[in-house]
Amino acid sequence: MFGYEFMREAFIASTFIAITAGLVGVFVVSRNMSFLSHTLSEIGFAGASFGILVGISPLAGMILFTLVSSIAVGSLSSESSRREASISAISSLFIGLGILFLSLSSESSSYATNILFGSIVGISSKEVNQLMILALFVIFVFIIFYKPLAFDSFDHIGARAAGLKTRLLSIAFLVTLALSVSIGAQIVGSLLVFVLLTLPGATAKYVVHTVPKLIMVSVGLSLAGVWLGLYLAFVTNWPVTFFISTFEVIAYFLGLSYKNWKLNH
Amino acid sequence: MIEAKNLTKRFGKQLVFENVNFKINDGDFISLIGPNGSGKTTLVKIMMGLEKETSGKLLIDKKQNIGYVPQFRNIDLDYPLNIEQFVRLNLKFTLSPAKRKQDNETIKRILEKTKLTQLKDRPLGLASGGEKQKAYLAQSLLNDPKILILDESTASLDVEVKMQLMDLVQELNEKYNLTVIFITHDYELTKKYTSRALFFKNKTLEEVHVSDVSEDMFEMGG
Repeated sequence: MFGYEFMREAFIASTFIAITAGLVGVFVVSRNMSFLSHTLSEIGFAGASFGILVGISPLAGMILFTLVSSIAVGSLSSESSRREASISAISSLFIGLGILFLSLSSESSSYATNILFGSIVGISSKEVNQLMILALFVIFVFIIFYKPLAFDSFDHIGARAAGLKTRLLSIAFLVTLALSVSIGAQIVGSLLVFVLLTLPGATAKYVVHTVPKLIMVSVGLSLAGVWLGLYLAFVTNWPVTFFISTFEVIAYFLGLSYKNWKLNH
Repeated sequence: MIEAKNLTKRFGKQLVFENVNFKINDGDFISLIGPNGSGKTTLVKIMMGLEKETSGKLLIDKKQNIGYVPQFRNIDLDYPLNIEQFVRLNLKFTLSPAKRKQDNETIKRILEKTKLTQLKDRPLGLASGGEKQKAYLAQSLLNDPKILILDESTASLDVEVKMQLMDLVQELNEKYNLTVIFITHDYELTKKYTSRALFFKNKTLEEVHVSDVSEDMFEMGG
């Protein structure tokens, strides 16, 4: 399958997507932000259709929308019940906007399905380069903030008691989350990018008990999912997203069963 | 040493406390008591530099060397990190191998001090209430504090487990001359472990010798 240029590019892009999503996902899960990452992908959809409408690239539109909204969410009330409600409100608004932008623009509807559901054929080598740069940026930010971010994500109250600037960390994290959503949506689509941003991280939690191991397992599951997905999509011509989400869901339930089994033995 | 001179704190127009005076010497084990909302946590925040006094003065040697064990933590059954990893969270970032080795030794020493060595691989989510409190204590001891503030750390524990935790704190207090400020609503523990109580009453603070501490001081709203 590597004889085809588009497959090589899809493979490189997915590898970078899987590494960032697996890494960021560990923190999405420990910060209880699964729901927010779902909303950010919907906002990303609106951003992409906005990009098409005004004639900038869908990726640029996505980054613009997710960045602005993630910073807005970061400055919202930190009270979680209110945050949940505000997030649902924002999410509904953005799905509506996304649909409006698409219907106003002259692009065909296949473009919309690509944004929403992902595609392995739609990606050009220029886009692959953009993805790589963004992914490397996210990884770089994580290396720099690793220690305080881990403290804040796995023990927010302790981090505050130790005098960490948790608000700043939260915004730095949301920015990387916004970028990861925008990157991931290029292959798996904005509707299902949150699969990669939440499930591998959640599965890892049931199997290993240190931060470095959580990251390794999460990145590993994420990579296995996209590689297998790409291969099966190539062979069967079925959508790649279907295979990725099925794989991650199965892994999740296996992880959960393993944890329950271990509790009883 | 910590010394307050005419310390007053207001939030806007609302007075929290005024003209608070006290002195805490190195190695003291004191309790901080008074009804909910009387200013205990606010006072502690001023000590830690997280709030600023409205007037008066608080003299304190090294603000950064306070270990604070907060009252609530969000640790559920699925919390993934094991006890050692949880304690490690409070380590500073380093790339130097020498510093790393030193950090590993510090962790080992702290786990021993807090009697957690045997339990270090247990996921914190599956640990008992007493073990969790010990882990919180261990984490706050990581940067070698001279002052330890316990914010109602015994509140949700069984009597026996409470005593074990307090015995451990007492041991640290005696062996390492650690100053302990124990925020509590527990009359028995105040009597058994502390030498003095700082008692918030009528918007100010009274210093009470432990022999004069009475049960009615712990009544809510009292």
